Amino acid sequence: MSQNGTMIRVDHVTKSYRRDSIEIPVLRDISIDVPTGEFLALMGPSGSGKTTLLNLIAGIDRPNAGKVIVNGTDIALLGESELARWRARHVGFIFQFYNLLPVLTAFENVELPLLLTGLSRKEKREHVEAALNLVGLGDRIHHYPKQLSGGQEQRVAIARAIVTDPTILVADEPTGDLDKVSAAEIMDLLDRLNKEFRKTIVMVTHDPRAAEKAHKAMHLDKGELTT
Amino acid sequence: MFIIKLVLKNALRHKLRTFLTILGVSIAVMSFGFMRTIVTAWSSGVQSSSENRMITRQAVSFIFPLPISCLQQIQQIPGVTEVSYANWFGGVYRDAADWKNFFPRIAVDPETYFSLYPEFIVPADQFAEFKKERNACIVGEKIAQQLGFHPGDIIPVEGDIYPGRWEFVVRGIYRGKDQSTDLTQMFFHWDYLNERMHVEAPGREGFVGWYVIGVRNAADMPRVAREVDDRYKNSRSATKTETEREFQQSFVSMSSAIINSLEAVSYVIIGIILLVLANTIVMAARERTKEYAVLKTLGYSGWHIVGLIAGESMLIASSGCVIGLFLTFPMAMGFAKAFPTFFPVFNVETVTIILAVVVALFAGVAAALFPATRAVRMKIVDGLRSID
Amino acid sequence: MKIPISYTWRSLWARRLTTTLTLGGVALVVFVFASVLMLSHGVEQTMIDTGSDDNAIVLRRSANSELVSQIDRDAANVIRTNPLIAAAGDGKPVVSTEVVVIINLLKKESNDMGNISVRGISPEALALRPEVRIVEGQMLRFGSHEIILGSSLAKRFQGTGIGEQLKFGDAQWTVVGHFEAEKNGFESEIWGDVEQLMPAFGRPVFSSVTLKLKNAGDYETVKKQIESDPRTQYTELKREKVYYSEQSKLMSDFIKILGLVVTIIFSIGAVIGAMITMYAAVANRTVEIGTLRALGFRRRSILSAFLVESVFLSLIGGGAGVALASLMSFVRISTVNFGTFSELAFGFTLSPSIVVSALVFSTLMGLVGGFLPAVRASRLNILAALRSA
Repeated sequence: MSQNGTMIRVDHVTKSYRRDSIEIPVLRDISIDVPTGEFLALMGPSGSGKTTLLNLIAGIDRPNAGKVIVNGTDIALLGESELARWRARHVGFIFQFYNLLPVLTAFENVELPLLLTGLSRKEKREHVEAALNLVGLGDRIHHYPKQLSGGQEQRVAIARAIVTDPTILVADEPTGDLDKVSAAEIMDLLDRLNKEFRKTIVMVTHDPRAAEKAHKAMHLDKGELTT
Repeated sequence: MFIIKLVLKNALRHKLRTFLTILGVSIAVMSFGFMRTIVTAWSSGVQSSSENRMITRQAVSFIFPLPISCLQQIQQIPGVTEVSYANWFGGVYRDAADWKNFFPRIAVDPETYFSLYPEFIVPADQFAEFKKERNACIVGEKIAQQLGFHPGDIIPVEGDIYPGRWEFVVRGIYRGKDQSTDLTQMFFHWDYLNERMHVEAPGREGFVGWYVIGVRNAADMPRVAREVDDRYKNSRSATKTETEREFQQSFVSMSSAIINSLEAVSYVIIGIILLVLANTIVMAARERTKEYAVLKTLGYSGWHIVGLIAGESMLIASSGCVIGLFLTFPMAMGFAKAFPTFFPVFNVETVTIILAVVVALFAGVAAALFPATRAVRMKIVDGLRSID
Repeated sequence: MKIPISYTWRSLWARRLTTTLTLGGVALVVFVFASVLMLSHGVEQTMIDTGSDDNAIVLRRSANSELVSQIDRDAANVIRTNPLIAAAGDGKPVVSTEVVVIINLLKKESNDMGNISVRGISPEALALRPEVRIVEGQMLRFGSHEIILGSSLAKRFQGTGIGEQLKFGDAQWTVVGHFEAEKNGFESEIWGDVEQLMPAFGRPVFSSVTLKLKNAGDYETVKKQIESDPRTQYTELKREKVYYSEQSKLMSDFIKILGLVVTIIFSIGAVIGAMITMYAAVANRTVEIGTLRALGFRRRSILSAFLVESVFLSLIGGGAGVALASLMSFVRISTVNFGTFSELAFGFTLSPSIVVSALVFSTLMGLVGGFLPAVRASRLNILAALRSA
């Protein structure tokens, strides 16, 4: 349940990295609101801070200042293990290079997030099969990543991202490594997740065609919003 | 559990590397077991010493004999059940340079000696035959097997301490009560030795190398020892009486430098196990940095990652340990066959096995320590960025 | 085209942790290898250094140590008259009739017992053994109950200080001097007047007779003379050096064999460690290798580059191992010599041949360990390698 229809609120967030003894600012006092059910594209040149912003929203990084409120929770205040639990429950992450575990089958990769829950074996299997069917890979359940094409791997990754029915989906250059046809398929899938299943999606991308599917695009440059 | 499955699959990712690591660990464990077995075998004499036997020898050193007259006097000390005596005969059997030919040759008083050493079991009929003949002898099963001695065979010995040519007839073969009994000795009649000394070197007649004293209650031993030694303190043949265990221990500690070196080597082996294992685990963990980051993204905690790393480390360590222990036994047996009289008792002790297991487990944990800490501390974003 | 050496050591540096671990393994193995060789050499040196080329020792036939040998006075006197024996300044033949027994002394640090050889000597003993020098106190007076002992004993056993008295054989014996003998076997002995010690121990016969030949080449002649003379027929002559080295043979062999077994096992472990490291190195640099090949470097160059890296690694490790082993030269071990059953002190002796052997050994380990991985590296398919990024 969101407050006032806002799923994600980034409130005056600043983030910088330390390299040796130099502080490199990446995000300067950024504030954005993402309404529930929105499909947002974050765009900008490299080094603009868009991936950093994504990471903050997904809870895999912490801001130096400011608040990151997702679904009513200020995740910047959570401790490490609380944050981990929060991520498991609320976030589905899709990476540019899929990041599937090579030693696990498609089924086992998708099952990974569910192992942190208390579901029974049967329930877990049902969820995994449902997710894989949804992304159109019901027939490749027991294949290993190296037996799949890039597009198929990404779809497994998406299945993994949605299998726990997370609150938000976060995608970092999801089509960055795919050919035109596969990229289009993936974007269609994300579109469907957003429209049919009302998933709030925040996506970082370079690809203008990918951005087309989003409702809204925000541009960042040197750590600041330019739109 | 899932972690176990993932650990297994991870280990099989680089079959060659995992195989080599397990091989390395198992060889190290095998040599550890082997070294320690040598160390324990060295002191096996101490372990198998009886609780109730004492040895009396000349105080200055055991190369000086004691007069036979002490026998009666020692027998009369309260608490003493039986007294026997023996002389180390020595001599040279065949080619002395080949150590397979070496075995202890000891002149004893048969009745009392075998009574005090019930662990040497001689068939009654053989013992009767032995008693009948002056130059008869009884040999241990192991040495009989090794040098092919059968009842009726003659053992020719060139004497050194007692010069001249000697011939002994095998009339009995003794076996041991348990695994720790020394089966490499040869016993003959003290009277035979004494008679010959009477003829050839009268000054040496009537002397024994040492006395063996049986004491009824172990608690009486210190008192008995004192009584014996006090009695002869100021005589020509001052004595030193101690428990058989102390007596054996004093021999063992003479070689303490070597034993300690072997023990030191066994510790170095532990270091090697660690290095080989750590090398592999560090590499494996580094390769999977990104995967660990992904797992963390999915909500897995640092402890899960530790479990994966430690699990793989323990898996390899324990596989290596099991194989290594399996190999230790045939290695020990081979060594024992090659040098039977060097180490009359050469068994792989339970303690050694337990130690090897502990060492392997310790190595498994220690090897995982550094990479696991790294993995726990690693920030997700850094991990995702890493290029393997 | 040849691949530059800087590629080799920079690659090693880039993967410092694994490199260090492998180096450590190799160093350890080479350390053990070299130490064992040094120990065995040390035992031999101690014994070989014991004795002179122109000395010979007479023992009872088939006695393999002085402890079990007996030679009576008559035989000793016959031996003394042999014309081929060197004469001292005063015309007396340089012959020492000696008796050897074992006594027990307590070690200083552990209170454990040790077997110590006590040697009764004649005054000519010093002429026979010029390497013996009194370093503290003074030489014993013959005809008294004075004794001198090797500095090695003085360090490790109780009651051995100058002026202290040891009791054995029914009498008190006063320590009046400590001697050194170039670290040979005599340094682990106690010396006293043979004519005093014999009655004290109730031994009417000598253990051995040691003599100095006028010419070392006369040995065979003297041997035949003594062994065929009916009065000394039961004796046998040996070169002093040969006798003493035989005493240590059992010990030396035991150490060598044990050491060899240990080293073989260890080196298998090190080779495995090197292999693992090199395989990983190859796997990690697949792209590099593909690039090098694409640039025109031949398979052979890749093979040798990796072999060189492996050998480089093991040579450094080997060098470290030898350096560590050389520290062992400061260690002296004392234990019972199986041959004589008495205490013997020896050290770890480094020699140039040992250093060379150790380095050759580590190079071999590097070659064996690195060979298969290097072959794999050279066989990589260029395209597959480049694509594996």
